[in-house]
Amino acid sequence: MTAKPISTSKPAGDGLRFYGVWLIGIAALIVLPLIFSSGGSLTSFSLIGIAIVFALSYNILLGQTGLLSFGHAVHYGLGGFAACHMMNAVVSHGWPIPLPFIPLFGGIGGLVFAIIIGWVMTKRAGTVFAMISLGIGELVASSSLILRSVFGGEAGITTDRTALPKMFGWSFGPQVQVYYVIAFWLVLSAIAMYALTRTPLGRISNAVRDNPERVQFIGYDPHVVRYLAYCFAGFFAGVAGGLTAINFEIANSALLGAIQSGLVLFSTFIGGIAYFFGPILGAILVTYLQLGLTGLTSVWQLYFGIIFIGIVMFAPGGIAGLLMMHRPLVRAGTLWTVIPSYLVAVVPTVALACGVILTIETVARYSGGDPINLFGIPFNAKSPVTWVAAAVLVVGGAFVARLTWRRIADAWDRAATVARDRGYLA
Amino acid sequence: MSGAVSGMSGAVPGKSAAIEVRAVEKRFGNVGIIRDLNLSVAKGERHAVIGPNGAGKSTTFNLISGHIKPTSGEVKLNGDVISGLRPFEINRRGLSRSFQVTNVFARMSVWENVRCAVLWATGHRYAFWKNVDSLPEVRERTAQILDDIHLTHRRDVPAGLLTYAEQRELEIGITIASGATVVMLDEPTAGMSHAETDRAVSLIRRLTEGKTLVIVEHDMSVVFGLADRISVLVYGHIIASGTPEEIRRDPKVKEAYLGEEAH
Ligand SMILES: Nc1ncnc2c1ncn2[C@@H]1O[C@H](COP(=O)(O)OP(=O)(O)O)[C@@H](O)[C@H]1O
Ligand SMILES: [Mg+2]
Repeated sequence: MTAKPISTSKPAGDGLRFYGVWLIGIAALIVLPLIFSSGGSLTSFSLIGIAIVFALSYNILLGQTGLLSFGHAVHYGLGGFAACHMMNAVVSHGWPIPLPFIPLFGGIGGLVFAIIIGWVMTKRAGTVFAMISLGIGELVASSSLILRSVFGGEAGITTDRTALPKMFGWSFGPQVQVYYVIAFWLVLSAIAMYALTRTPLGRISNAVRDNPERVQFIGYDPHVVRYLAYCFAGFFAGVAGGLTAINFEIANSALLGAIQSGLVLFSTFIGGIAYFFGPILGAILVTYLQLGLTGLTSVWQLYFGIIFIGIVMFAPGGIAGLLMMHRPLVRAGTLWTVIPSYLVAVVPTVALACGVILTIETVARYSGGDPINLFGIPFNAKSPVTWVAAAVLVVGGAFVARLTWRRIADAWDRAATVARDRGYLA
Repeated sequence: MSGAVSGMSGAVPGKSAAIEVRAVEKRFGNVGIIRDLNLSVAKGERHAVIGPNGAGKSTTFNLISGHIKPTSGEVKLNGDVISGLRPFEINRRGLSRSFQVTNVFARMSVWENVRCAVLWATGHRYAFWKNVDSLPEVRERTAQILDDIHLTHRRDVPAGLLTYAEQRELEIGITIASGATVVMLDEPTAGMSHAETDRAVSLIRRLTEGKTLVIVEHDMSVVFGLADRISVLVYGHIIASGTPEEIRRDPKVKEAYLGEEAH
């Protein structure tokens, strides 16, 4: 009984494509500021880069180890404080540490706290872990306001990134230089976190996620696995926090509070927890929405909530899940059979969405009495015409949209059957 | 191998026993499920545990493998007390078990399932500095086991999507992957057709060659064909333990078990 030679290495084309994706990503990060050089874009890109590192770190817990944390921002925030203190110390002691090294100290801040609290937290998974993470989050957030010497109270700890030693002649005052520091750490962290998924620990984390009981019978202590995963997540959250501290030159209690913890959960889940790139998509989308919606409407959190509920109910795999669903169809060459049904569904679905938006804005502004201006069209919240329009859009849109969605499902089933027959779908 | 061992008296305690269960009791609340359980399995022996449904066979497996702790009494593995140890500690000492109800990593591929079961034994443990795809001994061993359990062609399928019989084979593969010297299989053929059972039994026979095997099995032709020794468990107590011939002749067994359910 000799083993048949089974190659586990993927075909050469796959390897090329794999490195191709990473290289394209890195190239895009390098040229982005050259194409979009306005201050606003640079700020957005910087925030997105930080959000991606944070969301990827969160997915080490949620997607890879099956740990639902409501307090991940604790490590992000503590990383931010650690970075601020470090920057101030570098300046006051005259240490020869330039700014690009500072996120490492943010990571260490996040890691040290993970090492301390992680062991108790990860004793159990599931609801127990979720509850403890919530408690720790509240505990740290409230302590941060009490321990003024460390956290600087309401005002937080400020710092001056330009006071650190220069590197390559860069002062890191201009946003574009900060962007490149963030991009550098984004690439480094993403590669490291991806590599982590391909190590024995990474694979056993998946096993612990799927079946913590059985893991014990193949030699592993699931508690140790969860703890190590938690420490890695804490470290990379700290790196993200350090980047935030550099970006804003401040760390305050808002960084480690429940809102940040909720936001990273939200981004990661919307992006899709089952694929490595899911949280990247989620972080990009949510950061853009956040930047865009806050200026447009006062009830932007409501929209976040609706999107979140929609994803949980209709696409639990997130955006990445929706995209990857199509892969077998692309391979089987049947994708084109579902595209027409998508196009047909666009009109009523958009109508429904407009109706919902109009309804929300009408209700939100009714008491305030300010005029509504949606996509350049003004509406009066007190006018019955507006209400009728909203009602027609919602009811009519929903009615027609449902029919078109059913068409999508049918077209999808047919395409999937063909894909299955051709052996592209299990 | 088995011929040499079956001459040995399994009841003799001491260094020769792979598994030694002594005076174990297990109560769930007030209900005594296992009462004064004594069991000895010699090294290299194929030992079948039979008994009616609810007799406590799976509970016995749970007690030995550390899944649950005995209320009193002790369990020894190769002469060392293991009762009270955690399951992974017992597993690291060379005892591996399967589950009656399939217990695999449902969202991971067949390949990943088996590979995870190989990692500890090959010394890679919690390593986060090694690429799991470039560990030659892990890859070879995983490929070998997939080949053994006839699942090579299904290697990339998520375990949750396998057919029932395939999942049962994967269950066996995960159990033997670590190379444990003491293997415990809890009803590995339950729910299988005749042909599937035959295939599974020859698989088990081959894969546990030279190892100690404890197996729970309902099919009497399988039991009497495979086992060197048999223990009969009724109401949490072993009423007889001996060679297939001794068990066949034992009046207590006939009365309690074989008499009503003989095949
Ligand atoms: N965790 C538990 N709590 C309470 N009762 C249990 C537990 N596990 C098993 N039992 C009971 O112990 C008895 C023996 O079960 P089991 O060992 O599964 O039997 P067998 O494997 O011989 O069919 C059954 O009556 C079962 O209901
Ligand atoms: Mg049972």
